[in-house]
Amino acid sequence: MSVLVYTETENGKLKKTALEVASYAKGVADMLGTSLTAVTVNATDTAELGKYGVEKVLTVTNDKLNNFNAKAYADVLKQAAAKENSKVIVISSSANAKFLAPILAINLNAGYASNVVALPESESPFKVKRTAFTNKAFNITEISTDVKLVGLSKNAFGLKESDAAATTEDFTPELNEGDFSTEVTSVDKVTGKVTIADAEIVVSAGRGLKGPENWGMIEELADVLGAATACSKPVSDMGWRPHGEHVGQTGKPVAANLYIAVGISGAIQHLAGINASKVKVVINNDPEAPFFKAADYGVVGDAFEVVPQLIEKLKEFKANNA
Amino acid sequence: MKILVCISHVPDTTSKINFTDGDSKFDTNGVQFVINPNDEFGLTRAMWFKEKQGATVTVVNVGGTETEPTLRKALAIGADEAIRINTNPTDGFFVAKQLANVAKDFDLIIAGRESIDYNGGMVPGMLATLIDANFVNNCISLEVEGENATAIREIDGGKETLKTTFPLVIGGQKGLVEESDLKIPNMRGIMMARKKALNVVEPVDASTNTKAVAFEKPAAKGAIKLVPPDNLDELVSLLHNEAKVI
Repeated sequence: MSVLVYTETENGKLKKTALEVASYAKGVADMLGTSLTAVTVNATDTAELGKYGVEKVLTVTNDKLNNFNAKAYADVLKQAAAKENSKVIVISSSANAKFLAPILAINLNAGYASNVVALPESESPFKVKRTAFTNKAFNITEISTDVKLVGLSKNAFGLKESDAAATTEDFTPELNEGDFSTEVTSVDKVTGKVTIADAEIVVSAGRGLKGPENWGMIEELADVLGAATACSKPVSDMGWRPHGEHVGQTGKPVAANLYIAVGISGAIQHLAGINASKVKVVINNDPEAPFFKAADYGVVGDAFEVVPQLIEKLKEFKANNA
Repeated sequence: MKILVCISHVPDTTSKINFTDGDSKFDTNGVQFVINPNDEFGLTRAMWFKEKQGATVTVVNVGGTETEPTLRKALAIGADEAIRINTNPTDGFFVAKQLANVAKDFDLIIAGRESIDYNGGMVPGMLATLIDANFVNNCISLEVEGENATAIREIDGGKETLKTTFPLVIGGQKGLVEESDLKIPNMRGIMMARKKALNVVEPVDASTNTKAVAFEKPAAKGAIKLVPPDNLDELVSLLHNEAKVI
């Protein structure tokens, strides 16, 4: 009855969040005194999973699963859980994982807790801590079903190495026609750019930038840091930046290691959305901006002067620390 | 086309969040409740289908009488009728079971990707699975032709287009309509809403699989360190040596 973890891949390669959910699931398996099995779909190399505590990898290879399909992937995981007799299944908080989770929960009669931030507080009753009210609070959730589905928040647990060696086993679940009643016809993915979901650093800007033509320096700052770019709600509402960049309570949550906010005043809805980020820096010319109460580091100054200088300083730093 | 829009009754986004009863309950004192923002985008899209494609729109909520003003607001925005399932929404699975009981006759069910209070993000997908409907989550665009639907869903780092058919459940969000398309009820709408049917349905038996047993507020933030704008070397050094994030 091993713990089962779904380790996601991108173009066949394990995502960093896959290693994080594996690390977490290993912690759960240790608590329960059991082993850890991972499931991958069309992965090219799964060796790295052993380093994060996975003892067995069920590798699924099927061309029909090249595009993500929530129903079909949920079906794969359900059959893997049955095969391993798993009572705890761990998934990430990626868009795909959150898409398949409720389907899987129903199919396994499992209670599902999303946005979980720590190892279970107790095994029986099974209690986990998760964020609620869009990061304005936490709640302790008790899952009372026999089978439990845990969705781990991104960047909440980190990577933990252990010295297991993973064995692999081909796994061929039976998929049925009904799994494919929703079909992907096209995928439009930004390539060569760090996404907010995967980013360790996010550089975000607001109305203080005065217009979309001034985003060049924000993109350059993001480039220097290997960061994703994001924006506040008014900026996306005015069409200065695409909706996909809107972070906050009704936009995307950000759980980065470093969040840099330029010309964003820090409305409560914005702060809620980025609260899970570890270190926050604010650059704003208004010392009364609420963001200064929520950030770790701040610069009171004109963004148009501070940002270009910061880019230069960071370039120097990168050159010296390369 | 018969559309059902699932409405959560949630604290306004500006609400300060507090707890009572030894941090075991959400403190509703002084809190303004609104239509969950993710649901409101869906409701507005449903209005578009009503106007352009002759759809009928029913709104539904699982909750006590205190949620009726939220349903009336949805009626004032233009929904044709409302259903209130008369029970306390204990968890996502329980709510999905209640909705499944009234959702079977609808072609299209639009819900928000998550409520902004508990952020469970599970009701739409569970509902779809319970009634054996198709499901698209994080939906940012939806077009319908006959029984066929084309949906665009936000994925990490982009979007993808999906083709599917009715019955269909959508987990919607901003993008389904623009913020500027959201409708504020006018006086005529409010007057008409008073006459529209708000049917109260008794709940069905269902288990509660998860329970929020306690709440915590995030730890208080330490004081901010301010760096003068002419000394950004210090900021770089703090981020490297102290925060260790670059």
